Amino acid sequence: MREITLSQAVNEAIAEEMRRDPTVFLMGEDVAEAGTPFKVLSGLVEEFGTDRVLDTPISEPGFVGMAVGAAMTGARPIVDLMFGDFIYLVMDQLCNQAAKQHYMSGGKLTVPMVLRTNMGATRRSAAQHSQSLQALVAHIPGVKVAMPSSAYEAKGLMKTAIRDNNPVVIFEDKLMYQDKAPVPEEEYLIPFGEANVKREGSDITFIATSSMVQVAEKAAETLAAEGISAEVIDPRTIVPLDEATLLASVKKTSRAIVIDEGHQSYGVTAEIASRLNEKAFYHLDAPVLRMGAMDVPVPFSPALEDITVPTPEGVAANARKLCAGEMIYAA
Amino acid sequence: MTKTNTEDYLRMYTQMVRIRTFEDNANQLYLSAKMPGLTHMYSGEEAVAVGICEALTDDDRITSTHRGHGHCVAKGAEFKEMFCELLGKAEGYCRGKGGSMHIADQSHGNLGANAIVGGSMGIATGSALRAKLQGSDDVTVCFFGDGATAQGLMYEVMNMAALWNLPVIYACENNGYSEYTKTEEIAAGSITARAEAFGIEAHQVDGQDVLAVNELTQKLVARARKGEGPFFIELMTYRYHGHHVGDINREYYRSKDEEKDWKENRDPIVRFRGYLVEQGIATEDEIEAINAAVEKDATDAVAYAEAAAYPDVSEVDMHVFAA
Ligand SMILES: Cc1ncc(C[n+]2csc(CCOP(=O)(O)OP(=O)(O)O)c2C)c(N)n1
Ligand SMILES: [Mg+2]
Repeated sequence: MREITLSQAVNEAIAEEMRRDPTVFLMGEDVAEAGTPFKVLSGLVEEFGTDRVLDTPISEPGFVGMAVGAAMTGARPIVDLMFGDFIYLVMDQLCNQAAKQHYMSGGKLTVPMVLRTNMGATRRSAAQHSQSLQALVAHIPGVKVAMPSSAYEAKGLMKTAIRDNNPVVIFEDKLMYQDKAPVPEEEYLIPFGEANVKREGSDITFIATSSMVQVAEKAAETLAAEGISAEVIDPRTIVPLDEATLLASVKKTSRAIVIDEGHQSYGVTAEIASRLNEKAFYHLDAPVLRMGAMDVPVPFSPALEDITVPTPEGVAANARKLCAGEMIYAA
Repeated sequence: MTKTNTEDYLRMYTQMVRIRTFEDNANQLYLSAKMPGLTHMYSGEEAVAVGICEALTDDDRITSTHRGHGHCVAKGAEFKEMFCELLGKAEGYCRGKGGSMHIADQSHGNLGANAIVGGSMGIATGSALRAKLQGSDDVTVCFFGDGATAQGLMYEVMNMAALWNLPVIYACENNGYSEYTKTEEIAAGSITARAEAFGIEAHQVDGQDVLAVNELTQKLVARARKGEGPFFIELMTYRYHGHHVGDINREYYRSKDEEKDWKENRDPIVRFRGYLVEQGIATEDEIEAINAAVEKDATDAVAYAEAAAYPDVSEVDMHVFAA
């Protein structure tokens, strides 16, 4: 199968959906000629013109609010938010306006919009351009949240997001834009709420999102050489969450580590771990472990930044302890 | 020409050269892959930061932007601590935690660069509110780009600043571009009229003319200290480099001819140097001596920063909360 980059996959997904549905349009800062700073959207304005690929001023709350209004009245906007960190600026439009319209109107209004943005540290971009804020959005009922872990997921999830009748936020890892993966030429969609078992195993389950899937896979590789068999699962969407697949795996392996690049406290890892505790407690041989980013603003210095995020070595070390029956947090 | 003027003028010249030299070295660090991440160069806009900051004292505050090295130098920062910060070293102004986009220098009243466009407008206006509430006569200057005028926050705080006569000066550095887009494509109507709508006195000034910028700012600062603020200045200027150091192929949004014109015909340093010599304030030799001294200062600071230590990993969770 051909291999394309995550960036190309997103571009293809959007182009295909724009060809298929004339109500889909794109807006954001420097999305047209510049094709975004990461060049993800290059070429779209040439094909679809400036009526469907709109360069906006630096007015995030304004254009996200406009996307909400356009979505409520018959369009399917895709909004590009240049950095995930800017989600704080648009929280009211996204969480008070977009998220609640359908419910507040008793099911009469819908907001079929996609907000695509990014996440991920270790790019030396410091505290306001490195955050992974998926938990913030996932906390709000009414917004779906997708986290592609490769080009394949990026394309299939984006297409589903565009066709979904709800506000969907897609977090792409900005360090993965140039990573290649096999992506079929034929059309495909990845349904929301279907986790992907990336690697089968019997001793421990790693539930990992986005870039952390690679981290988990590397840890699993290392552990395999030592005789520890780790299963790796990518939930692909955290809202909705495919609880059934996660529970079935944990019931089988009896141990789990949940890994996500957001801050560990009150985060995605906490939510998933607590669901496993609630629903698989009697199958567990060890406490479910959370591994998120350190609870600090992302520091600029490489010497500090690198230690704030989960690593394959860290995951493997914790997995060894759990499998050996050692306590990670002594009583 | 009085003696004090001579000193002021030479300091303004020196400060502009310091900014240009700092940026040339920073760009070199990036090109040689010694600097982590990206950075936004201030080269070309020196007269703006220097003309304004030379009208301020250390007690006056500024807020800066993602393109903040110029503001930082102009407000009095040292090269050594700045380069250490850019390289993520422990002796940097922010102990390596902030980097280029968050550099702050409390000792000279620089409240910090900001990686959120328009993100410092509340901070600057709040600083001015504090000055008023506490009966202090310091003034705060809020630097921001033309692109930042699209942020709603600007209109909220200008309204309050005008209602309460706060000692804040909004300094809009109009360099003609917001990232890869021309200003006229992202800003409708006049920029100064935005401030005027709130009854804020607004001026437009040639941002390549350090004396014009300085004279205007001195007047406005003096009036702001007396409670006549806020004020708004639109400074017409130009950035020589790309939006950031990695923005090399930019002809699709900005022509080489245009860049050449600004560099060759309106350079703030060349212009002011010519003026100083012409007016007999400095000789060519004296100017060259200033340039050489600045160059040496920068070379030494870069060497120092390259050899300096990274912060110890134990610092990673320090400073999340204040004691
Ligand atoms: C809220 C926010 N939106 C977008 C960005 C990305 N961004 C960084 S600089 C920039 C352009 C700013 O233009 P301007 O204010 O004119 O300043 P200049 O770079 O020209 O100095 C943009 C869009 C950001 N950092 N913050
Ligand atoms: Mg600008």
